[in-house]
Amino acid sequence: MLFGRVRGTAVCTIKYPDLKGMKLLIVEPLNKHLEPTGPLQVAVDVVQAGPGDLCVMVRSREAALAMQEHKFVPVDLALIGIVDELTVRPDGEFDYTLKEGYTRYT
Amino acid sequence: MIIGKVTGTIVTTISHPHYKNRRLLVVQPLTLPGDPPEGDFVALDNTHAGVGDTVLVNREGNAARQTLNQPDGCVISVIVGIVDAVHVPALN
Repeated sequence: MLFGRVRGTAVCTIKYPDLKGMKLLIVEPLNKHLEPTGPLQVAVDVVQAGPGDLCVMVRSREAALAMQEHKFVPVDLALIGIVDELTVRPDGEFDYTLKEGYTRYT
Repeated sequence: MIIGKVTGTIVTTISHPHYKNRRLLVVQPLTLPGDPPEGDFVALDNTHAGVGDTVLVNREGNAARQTLNQPDGCVISVIVGIVDAVHVPALN
Protein backbone atom coordinates (compact mmCIF):
# COMPACT_ATOMS: atom_id res chain seq x y z
CA MET A 1 0.00 0.00 0.00
CA LEU A 2 1.36 3.40 -0.96
CA PHE A 3 0.60 7.09 -1.31
CA GLY A 4 -0.51 8.67 -4.57
CA ARG A 5 -1.47 12.10 -5.79
CA VAL A 6 -4.30 12.34 -8.33
CA ARG A 7 -3.01 14.14 -11.42
CA GLY A 8 -5.89 13.69 -13.85
CA THR A 9 -8.54 11.42 -15.25
CA ALA A 10 -8.54 8.84 -18.05
CA VAL A 11 -11.51 7.89 -20.22
CA CYS A 12 -11.75 4.57 -22.06
CA THR A 13 -14.71 3.80 -24.28
CA ILE A 14 -13.55 0.34 -25.29
CA LYS A 15 -12.49 -1.75 -22.31
CA TYR A 16 -13.01 -5.07 -20.54
CA PRO A 17 -16.81 -5.33 -19.99
CA ASP A 18 -16.68 -5.66 -16.19
CA LEU A 19 -14.72 -2.42 -15.97
CA LYS A 20 -17.74 -0.53 -17.24
CA GLY A 21 -18.64 2.40 -15.00
CA MET A 22 -15.33 2.45 -13.14
CA LYS A 23 -13.56 5.77 -12.77
CA LEU A 24 -9.96 5.80 -13.99
CA LEU A 25 -7.53 8.32 -12.52
CA ILE A 26 -3.97 9.22 -13.43
CA VAL A 27 -1.94 9.03 -10.23
CA GLU A 28 1.63 9.76 -9.25
CA PRO A 29 3.10 7.33 -6.67
CA LEU A 30 4.70 9.11 -3.70
CA ASN A 31 6.89 8.19 -0.74
CA LYS A 32 6.24 9.19 2.87
CA HIS A 33 7.71 12.67 2.29
CA LEU A 34 5.32 13.02 -0.68
CA GLU A 35 8.15 12.99 -3.21
CA PRO A 36 7.40 11.23 -6.54
CA THR A 37 8.82 7.70 -6.69
CA GLY A 38 8.02 6.72 -10.25
CA PRO A 39 6.15 7.41 -13.45
CA LEU A 40 2.45 8.22 -13.63
CA GLN A 41 0.06 5.26 -13.40
CA VAL A 42 -3.63 4.63 -13.86
CA ALA A 43 -5.70 3.62 -10.84
CA VAL A 44 -9.36 2.74 -10.42
CA ASP A 45 -11.17 4.98 -7.97
CA VAL A 46 -13.60 3.58 -5.38
CA VAL A 47 -13.65 6.56 -2.97
CA GLN A 48 -14.56 9.37 -5.39
CA ALA A 49 -11.25 11.22 -5.25
CA GLY A 50 -10.59 14.26 -7.40
CA PRO A 51 -7.57 15.91 -9.03
CA GLY A 52 -5.00 17.06 -6.46
CA ASP A 53 -6.20 14.70 -3.72
CA LEU A 54 -3.64 12.75 -1.72
CA CYS A 55 -4.74 9.11 -1.58
CA VAL A 56 -3.77 5.72 -0.25
CA MET A 57 -3.56 3.10 -3.00
CA VAL A 58 -3.38 -0.68 -3.03
CA ARG A 59 -1.59 -2.75 -5.66
CA SER A 60 -1.83 -6.24 -7.20
CA ARG A 61 -4.71 -8.70 -6.70
CA GLU A 62 -6.01 -6.72 -3.73
CA ALA A 63 -6.73 -3.77 -6.06
CA ALA A 64 -9.27 -5.91 -7.89
CA LEU A 65 -10.74 -7.04 -4.56
CA ALA A 66 -11.36 -3.38 -3.71
CA MET A 67 -13.97 -3.14 -6.47
CA GLN A 68 -17.59 -2.93 -5.37
CA GLU A 69 -19.29 -5.52 -7.59
CA HIS A 70 -16.92 -7.52 -9.77
CA LYS A 71 -13.94 -8.97 -7.89
CA PHE A 72 -12.37 -10.65 -10.92
CA VAL A 73 -11.40 -7.67 -13.07
CA PRO A 74 -8.11 -6.64 -14.72
CA VAL A 75 -7.22 -3.96 -12.17
CA ASP A 76 -3.82 -3.69 -10.48
CA LEU A 77 -4.01 -0.32 -8.74
CA ALA A 78 -6.93 1.07 -6.78
CA LEU A 79 -7.50 4.15 -4.65
CA ILE A 80 -8.91 3.04 -1.30
CA GLY A 81 -8.69 6.13 0.89
CA ILE A 82 -8.45 9.91 0.76
CA VAL A 83 -5.83 11.27 3.16
CA ASP A 84 -7.10 14.10 5.36
CA GLU A 85 -4.15 14.30 7.68
CA LEU A 86 -0.64 12.87 7.41
CA THR A 87 1.93 13.10 10.19
CA VAL A 88 5.40 11.77 9.39
CA ARG A 89 8.42 12.16 11.66
CA PRO A 90 11.58 13.56 10.00
CA ASP A 91 14.23 11.09 8.78
CA GLY A 92 16.82 11.91 11.45
CA GLU A 93 14.52 11.17 14.36
CA PHE A 94 14.70 7.37 14.26
CA ASP A 95 17.56 5.00 13.51
CA TYR A 96 16.48 2.66 10.70
CA THR A 97 19.60 0.51 10.63
CA LEU A 98 19.66 -3.10 11.75
CA LYS A 99 22.66 -3.36 14.04
CA GLU A 100 24.85 -6.34 14.75
CA GLY A 101 24.38 -8.04 18.07
CA TYR A 102 21.45 -7.92 20.46
CA THR A 103 19.22 -4.85 20.16
CA ARG A 104 16.28 -4.19 22.46
CA TYR A 105 13.50 -2.03 21.04
CA THR A 106 11.09 -1.86 23.96
CA MET B 1 7.47 -10.52 6.71
CA ILE B 2 9.77 -7.60 7.34
CA ILE B 3 10.89 -5.51 10.30
CA GLY B 4 10.22 -1.79 10.11
CA LYS B 5 9.71 1.29 12.20
CA VAL B 6 6.44 3.20 12.42
CA THR B 7 7.22 6.78 11.38
CA GLY B 8 3.84 8.33 10.78
CA THR B 9 0.10 8.23 11.07
CA ILE B 10 -2.55 8.72 8.40
CA VAL B 11 -6.10 9.96 8.89
CA THR B 12 -8.64 9.06 6.18
CA THR B 13 -12.29 9.88 6.71
CA ILE B 14 -13.30 8.56 3.31
CA SER B 15 -11.92 5.07 2.84
CA HIS B 16 -12.84 1.62 1.60
CA PRO B 17 -15.16 -0.30 3.99
CA HIS B 18 -12.41 -2.88 4.62
CA TYR B 19 -10.27 -0.12 6.17
CA LYS B 20 -12.90 1.27 8.52
CA ASN B 21 -12.17 1.44 12.25
CA ARG B 22 -8.50 0.54 11.80
CA ARG B 23 -5.46 2.78 11.79
CA LEU B 24 -3.21 3.31 8.80
CA LEU B 25 0.45 3.86 9.64
CA VAL B 26 3.54 4.76 7.63
CA VAL B 27 6.26 2.11 8.00
CA GLN B 28 9.93 2.48 7.10
CA PRO B 29 11.71 -0.88 6.66
CA LEU B 30 14.96 -1.31 8.61
CA THR B 31 18.09 -1.31 6.46
CA LEU B 32 21.64 -2.60 6.80
CA PRO B 33 24.21 -0.08 8.12
CA GLY B 34 25.24 2.32 5.34
CA ASP B 35 22.14 1.86 3.21
CA PRO B 36 19.77 4.83 2.87
CA PRO B 37 16.28 4.46 4.36
CA GLU B 38 13.92 3.94 1.44
CA GLY B 39 10.97 1.83 0.37
CA ASP B 40 8.53 3.21 2.92
CA PHE B 41 4.92 2.08 2.65
CA VAL B 42 1.50 2.25 4.26
CA ALA B 43 0.29 -0.57 6.51
CA LEU B 44 -2.91 -1.35 8.38
CA ASP B 45 -2.46 -1.70 12.13
CA ASN B 46 -3.62 -4.89 13.84
CA THR B 47 -1.54 -4.62 17.03
CA HIS B 48 -2.06 -1.09 18.40
CA ALA B 49 1.44 -0.03 17.38
CA GLY B 50 2.45 3.61 17.69
CA VAL B 51 4.94 6.01 16.13
CA GLY B 52 8.50 4.93 16.99
CA ASP B 53 7.64 1.26 17.53
CA THR B 54 9.63 -1.40 15.72
CA VAL B 55 7.09 -3.69 14.11
CA LEU B 56 6.72 -6.93 12.23
CA VAL B 57 4.84 -6.33 8.98
CA ASN B 58 3.24 -8.90 6.72
CA ARG B 59 3.20 -7.75 3.11
CA GLU B 60 1.07 -10.38 1.45
CA GLY B 61 -2.64 -10.30 0.68
CA ASN B 62 -3.65 -13.82 1.73
CA ALA B 63 -2.00 -13.43 5.13
CA ALA B 64 -3.68 -10.04 5.52
CA ARG B 65 -7.12 -11.50 4.76
CA GLN B 66 -6.49 -14.25 7.29
CA THR B 67 -5.30 -11.95 10.09
CA LEU B 68 -8.10 -9.43 9.52
CA ASN B 69 -10.71 -12.19 9.09
CA GLN B 70 -11.98 -10.72 5.81
CA PRO B 71 -12.18 -13.37 3.04
CA ASP B 72 -12.10 -10.77 0.26
CA GLY B 73 -10.33 -7.90 2.03
CA CYS B 74 -8.34 -5.53 -0.18
CA VAL B 75 -5.43 -5.12 2.24
CA ILE B 76 -1.81 -6.10 1.56
CA SER B 77 0.39 -4.77 4.38
CA VAL B 78 -0.65 -5.56 7.94
CA ILE B 79 1.30 -4.91 11.13
CA VAL B 80 1.15 -8.25 12.91
CA GLY B 81 3.59 -7.76 15.79
CA ILE B 82 5.64 -5.35 17.84
CA VAL B 83 9.31 -6.32 18.01
CA ASP B 84 10.87 -6.49 21.48
CA ALA B 85 14.42 -7.37 20.50
CA VAL B 86 16.48 -8.49 17.53
CA HIS B 87 19.63 -10.59 17.64
CA VAL B 88 21.91 -10.42 14.59
CA PRO B 89 25.10 -12.45 15.15
CA ALA B 90 27.09 -11.10 12.16
CA LEU B 91 25.91 -9.15 9.16
CA ASN B 92 28.76 -9.93 6.73
